[in-house]
Amino acid sequence: MNKALRFVTGVLAVVALSSALHAFEPKKPVCLAPAKPGGGFDLTCRLVTNSMLAAKLMDKPMVVSFMPGGVGAVAYNHVIGQRANDPETIVAVSTGSALNIAQGKFGNHDENAVRWLAGLGADFGAVIVKADSKWNTLSEMIADLKANPKGFALGSGGSIGSQDWFKAALIAKAAGIDPKEMKYVAFEGGGEALTALLGGHIQIYPGDIAEFSGQFDSGKYKVLAVLSDERLPGKFKDLPTAKEQGFDVVWTIWRGFYLAPNVTDEQYNYWVDVLQKLVKTPEFAKERELRGLFPFTKIGKEYDTFIKGEVAKFRVMAKEAGLIK
Amino acid sequence: MEVLTLLGHGFGTVFQPINLFLVFLGSILGTLFGALPGLGPINGVAILLPICYTLGLPVESSLILLSGIYYGAEFGGRISSILLNVPGDAGAVFTTLDGYPLAQKGLAGPALALSGVASFIGGTIAIVGLTFFAPLLATFAIDFGPSEYFVLMVFAFATVSALMGSNPVKSLVGVAIGWMIGIVGVDSTTGVMRFSFGEAELYDGFEFLTVIVGFFAVSEILLMLEHHSSEHFAMPKITRIYVTFKEILYCKWTILRSSVIGFVVGVLPGTGASIASAVSYTLEQKLVDKEGTFGTGDMRGLAAPESANNACAGGALVPMLTLGVPGSATTAVLLGALMLYNINPGPMLFVDQPVLVWGLIASMYVGNIMLLVINFPLVRVFTKILQVPYWLLVPSVIVLAFVGVYSVNSSTFSLGMATLLGVLGYFLRKLHYPMAPVILGFVLCEIMEDNLRRAFAMSGGEADIFFKGSINITLWILTLAIFFVPMISKFISKKYALGKK
Repeated sequence: MNKALRFVTGVLAVVALSSALHAFEPKKPVCLAPAKPGGGFDLTCRLVTNSMLAAKLMDKPMVVSFMPGGVGAVAYNHVIGQRANDPETIVAVSTGSALNIAQGKFGNHDENAVRWLAGLGADFGAVIVKADSKWNTLSEMIADLKANPKGFALGSGGSIGSQDWFKAALIAKAAGIDPKEMKYVAFEGGGEALTALLGGHIQIYPGDIAEFSGQFDSGKYKVLAVLSDERLPGKFKDLPTAKEQGFDVVWTIWRGFYLAPNVTDEQYNYWVDVLQKLVKTPEFAKERELRGLFPFTKIGKEYDTFIKGEVAKFRVMAKEAGLIK
Repeated sequence: MEVLTLLGHGFGTVFQPINLFLVFLGSILGTLFGALPGLGPINGVAILLPICYTLGLPVESSLILLSGIYYGAEFGGRISSILLNVPGDAGAVFTTLDGYPLAQKGLAGPALALSGVASFIGGTIAIVGLTFFAPLLATFAIDFGPSEYFVLMVFAFATVSALMGSNPVKSLVGVAIGWMIGIVGVDSTTGVMRFSFGEAELYDGFEFLTVIVGFFAVSEILLMLEHHSSEHFAMPKITRIYVTFKEILYCKWTILRSSVIGFVVGVLPGTGASIASAVSYTLEQKLVDKEGTFGTGDMRGLAAPESANNACAGGALVPMLTLGVPGSATTAVLLGALMLYNINPGPMLFVDQPVLVWGLIASMYVGNIMLLVINFPLVRVFTKILQVPYWLLVPSVIVLAFVGVYSVNSSTFSLGMATLLGVLGYFLRKLHYPMAPVILGFVLCEIMEDNLRRAFAMSGGEADIFFKGSINITLWILTLAIFFVPMISKFISKKYALGKK
């Protein structure tokens, strides 16, 4: 039945193509943010919709719609199950979603269930403590943590197995502590964790640097290390990386998009092309800076390979941490 | 006074014609969003935010409009609570308890007018608090760690014991049902799924709106249909429209106390209007309800939650403006709005963006007065809703409520869930289980459990963390007082009565 249906659709598509001879162009382009308004997925979508509008690369304005639930799980299942042929919708995705796919928290679907389109920006992990903390470098902190693993609480904005927890787990591992043994406090979002840090309820906040940038100049916190490969540009240029302090801890929070599983190559290539054009415009660069994201551009095949590599890597990490069998 | 000078500049911003118009627009739209069952402030703000941005409004104008919708919705939420027994938004659940009985008595007009006044006073007290104490309060909120939040929730549940007056067992069952619903979804500490049956739609648990629409709108409509078809259902008569001064003065202490409580609860991040109104309602019941008239249409029982939920909206802006931490779900969206304008919310906001912050605060003074002025003539219009025939009213309410649920989740699954919960709520109500404890159990369960687990994670499993620090001790003493003061006072009055004999 399914095969027959697919065949008929295929034939119809060929007929439509040959008769129209028009290249695919979405009539009502949508960016689906799989969360409530105002969060990271919303910003990911706005990065594209706003710059697309400003750079005038599409005839029709692209709108943002929302479908919250399970760091993208609801939208993932919805797109695969009910919109498998929809070429008009791109869906926002992030490191957190890939982690959940790796842990089997996206239902019965794995990373091969959709068509990965592009990654367009990134944020990096950072180790943040209170301004009056006695630690001034990452090594001092790790040494203290080693000496007294139960003495300090790490807190961040996600549950065990989330990307926030993994940052804490990597730091604990660097201090020779089993992640299962560390004192980890799960808050609802980074804002709550920052407030708890300020109130002295937790001592270490493994957060994200761009998300933190609003508090950066307040003088209430200290950044001991950024978890990027190299030093970051702009106002963060004086912040040392964990690597240069001797700890090989790197954590990238990339933000990207996927398309429904059954879109045609022509439709997929349309999006690849338009995004290739978009990332070269000054409007996009401006918009990315406005969102506090760092350059990270992988489009089409390159992104597909990258994601599958990430998920595989996360699966190993989750197994090591005892989160999956 | 530096504050007054800054506030003066703020008024300068507000009295620009465009901003004045936006305050007005925000108030009207907010009242509307609040009044429609199912749609709340969060829907209003989320819908208007992209429009503001696309129109290219300056950031202070956008924020003036959006926050106008926020406190306007708290203002308007009372309307359907009173008229239909269906809360317009989360903060208006407790308004149904005395508001609806008043409408049944034919006093819908005075109830709407009085709750309007209570909302106005609550809102204004909160803005005054915001103006003068914001930085001070921000430091107080920081001291609330996980253990303090947990004890605060214990205190909240203790005050709810007051609600259990007529039938404690049924109320406790109600709280337990609320917990059972609240526990569904991902466990916030370990990330394990609980009772989600592998259904992705349940990973995040039940959406608050789904639960409220189910338990209140759907079940209410089922009850209405039953009444309507089984017997001749008398439309409540409208005896008079306006509230008397005497009635307002009768409630004055209730309004003042509830405003302060609402504001303080609002300042604490992670709490919200539902908790503020619950605590103030139950506290007032303990304090002033000597005749046991709360729940049967007591004016004070109506004034308490209404002044508290409006004060809460003002309080929730304190951590948002001073710390960059949202005090409620709606302020979280407002924070998102700031970030959209490339303004980083955080402790530097007061220093970096004085025009924005003080313009916003000044706009709230103006907005509150506008709301009061807009709402008074509308009382007459709203009371007319009671005369809409049921064949028209019932489907309209359910359609609006379902639109609200769908707009948050964009899924038909949650509509099904709302219907299911509605049927459950219908049977519970037929069996005389009160709905308020169910909702409260559902709302408080998550905050309570999360903070319990966080506190244990911090202390390494030691329970003494809940008894350290002056805030915890104070809260425990208050909790004990709530339990024992009525007992002791009953005992003493009995003894006194015996002695007299």
